[in-house]
Amino acid sequence: MAVVDGTERELTRSRIRIGDRLFRFWAWSMAALLLGLMLLLIYELLDGAWLALSTFGLEFLTERSWNPVSARYGAWPAIYGTVVSSLLALAVAGPPALLAAIFLAEICPRWLEPSVSFLIELLASIPSVVYGLWGLQVLVPAMRDPIQQWLYTHLGNLPAFGCQPLGIGMMSAVAILAIMVLPFAISVSRDVLRAVPNDQREAMLALGATRWETIWRAVVPFARSGIIGGLLLALGRAVGETMAVTMLIGNRPDVSSCLFSPAYTLSSQIANEFAESVSPLHVSSLMGLGLALFAITLLLNGGARLLVWRVDRGNRRRR
Amino acid sequence: MVHALRRKLASRIMVTLTALSAAIAVSALLAVLAFVAIRGAGALNVDLLTQLPTPVGVPGGGVANALVGSLIVIGVAALLAIPVGLGAGIYLSEFGGNRFDDLVRYLADVLSGVPSIVIGIFVYNLIVSRQGHFSALSGGVALSIMMLPSIIRTTDEMLRMVPDTQREAALALGITRWRTIVSVVLPGARAGVTTGILLAVARVAGETAPLLFTAFGNPYWSARIDAPIATLPHTLFTYAISPYSDWQSKAWGTALILTAMMLITSILARRSRRFA
Amino acid sequence: MTTAERPLVTTSTLGLGRSDSAATLVRAAGAQAPAAPASAEATSTLSMHSMHVERLAAGFGRFTAVDDITHTIPARTITAIIGPSGSGKSTFLRCLNRMHEEVTGAWAKGSVRLGSEDIYAARIDPVQVRRRVGMVFQKPNPFPTMSIYDNVAAGLRLNQWGRVPTLDEKVERALQQAALWDEVKDKLFQPGAALSGGQQQRLCIARALAVEPEILLMDEPASALDPIATLRIEELMRNLVRNYTIVIVTHNMQQAARVSDRTAFLMMDDDRAGRLVEQGPTDEIFTRPRDKRTEDYITGRFG
Repeated sequence: MAVVDGTERELTRSRIRIGDRLFRFWAWSMAALLLGLMLLLIYELLDGAWLALSTFGLEFLTERSWNPVSARYGAWPAIYGTVVSSLLALAVAGPPALLAAIFLAEICPRWLEPSVSFLIELLASIPSVVYGLWGLQVLVPAMRDPIQQWLYTHLGNLPAFGCQPLGIGMMSAVAILAIMVLPFAISVSRDVLRAVPNDQREAMLALGATRWETIWRAVVPFARSGIIGGLLLALGRAVGETMAVTMLIGNRPDVSSCLFSPAYTLSSQIANEFAESVSPLHVSSLMGLGLALFAITLLLNGGARLLVWRVDRGNRRRR
Repeated sequence: MVHALRRKLASRIMVTLTALSAAIAVSALLAVLAFVAIRGAGALNVDLLTQLPTPVGVPGGGVANALVGSLIVIGVAALLAIPVGLGAGIYLSEFGGNRFDDLVRYLADVLSGVPSIVIGIFVYNLIVSRQGHFSALSGGVALSIMMLPSIIRTTDEMLRMVPDTQREAALALGITRWRTIVSVVLPGARAGVTTGILLAVARVAGETAPLLFTAFGNPYWSARIDAPIATLPHTLFTYAISPYSDWQSKAWGTALILTAMMLITSILARRSRRFA
Repeated sequence: MTTAERPLVTTSTLGLGRSDSAATLVRAAGAQAPAAPASAEATSTLSMHSMHVERLAAGFGRFTAVDDITHTIPARTITAIIGPSGSGKSTFLRCLNRMHEEVTGAWAKGSVRLGSEDIYAARIDPVQVRRRVGMVFQKPNPFPTMSIYDNVAAGLRLNQWGRVPTLDEKVERALQQAALWDEVKDKLFQPGAALSGGQQQRLCIARALAVEPEILLMDEPASALDPIATLRIEELMRNLVRNYTIVIVTHNMQQAARVSDRTAFLMMDDDRAGRLVEQGPTDEIFTRPRDKRTEDYITGRFG
């Protein structure tokens, strides 16, 4: 046993190690809190939606009417509106997002790339209500007059453009959603493309491929599942987006094939009616919409994360 | 050889298209920002920042209560989310390596994808309906849940970037594990973690949906944690969907305040990250 | 590099075409006569399958990786580039099909003639150069999303819009040339990434051969393979050299001695730029090196 400075120094465990245990326990319980929170979230949603689910059963999901007066509530119009608006938004935003991501990851000169990426990321940090305000006052008038009016006059015999243009409605909601998911889809795809190992590019270049052929035939296919994952994440964003859509979609529980007509999404219906609903069944039905929304985003995000992770892990194995 | 020319041309065209797409994304940003700046500046005045809202038609009035309310709600959210987020992040990076932390990471990802409106009705059910009234506290809880995933993730990532040699150096000096984390690892990652927290705060500062049924809004001054409170994004929402032009103009003014706050925070945060 | 130092021969058809009229041939012969050793090789340097490097310098930004290299690669031979690591072997190799410039900040000066044509001339399209000078990389890099068949066909499909005529035959021929056909003919449509490392590398060779290049560059093609797979690649190279000119970078001197006809030894000078120390027939370099540094290197005294 060594004696330094007159004090005995022992090698046995001292009581100070309790500090380690406590600290570890604190960190662990904070992590566990997250698990608890998720379970609580699911419980509260189920609990809130229980009345509606037990009253209507699974028909709740397919019922087309939403009528507080006759106390019949069906989620179908909102589910339809959610699916249509977010898929269309992704169809509009997806291709330019992929191209812009290719530009940032593969083509943009190094000195320029950080500033462009930064600007695009700023686009993602503008609050949803601000997009809503801009949509209401700038986008909707522009939509109504030149764009929708033109479509109505020239393509009015198609069901998608065959009703009176109002400005507010599905089409404007799609437009604002497309703008809002754009930066997100760009930055995820850009990161995935950047992770493609350089030997893939070189292999294609050495075969005598042009720049675009190298990107399109080697880089993009390699990143394929990651890009799809990124687009699914963007779709999840669009599905959950609330404020801007609530302000632009017109808020009517209708299922219409016309893009100009007002509609609802799950989130906008909750946002719009929750505060003013009085009957317990109405509140519970809105909770049911929330549960459906949660389930859809869970599915999309779960699938997307798996795809993005797979690309990451695949790369790690290659290295 | 005609093929070669065609291929070259196709490549040029597609490369140009990619640049064009990036330009479109940037110009969308500029279009939104330009309107917010121009119309917002027209509505911006001292009253907007210092006065209470006035009823329709009564001139003057502002969103001062919402400005204060937002600060309170965000403050509550940060107070709640930072300890939990830091703790979970520390757990993942320092005590991890098992199945549980895969689960926690996955849950953080899932939580970040849960729509804000769902968080809103969750907190409504959890707190508001039990207490019987809307409150600043419930709004803070809702925002803190939204902040959690990004705080956890950045803490985890930033702590991992601290080299193991530093941990070993401290442990080899006979310093206990928790002292090592608190006085060596955390300070080493301070810049990154602070940035992450700042970005998380900036992100939720503009959230409206979780506040609709929690903080609810309030036309008067209130600094009480257990009473409904006005917030900037919620006030902006109310003004924006109103049919009155003076309210709409105030909405642009509020949008300018809110956007400026968020942009400044995220620019500052990013800059400090670059220097870190 | 001034224009005066550029080779005289610059006429050609569109995009590195194959014009070798008698006149250009004579001028080409005149231009490179001093550099080429007198022998049968002198005539072969005129072939489409030969390369002639003159005063080549290349690097990245301010750094010069290789400097002042003048070297002739005769047709249908295997030339091994050896040298200690950092001597610019790979940079030199990548200059031969203009892959070097794909790295940001990379630059190259001097001339590299393929047959009679300077591939660094202003009007030359690097994309076309790479179709005539193929490349195999250090690590097997098949395209993971493509089948074995599609991997081999990848280069062929670039030059065609729609269906490629006789694609099946071309793919089969390339796989046979790469001595892989018998092993994969029953699983052509399985992913290329499922093959073993050695098979993957032969797949990459087949992929490079499918576009029918004249020159094949190999950047340490066996460094990631086990000894048996390495041996197969070496056998393959000996077979391929009947129809192709091969340049191989290797850090393995036994390998260079086994497979190559000629060897070039690169070493970095005090300024860290790689320079050509000595080159000649492989047996001479390995048995009677003229330069002390070559001798030191091949006897393992440094590097």
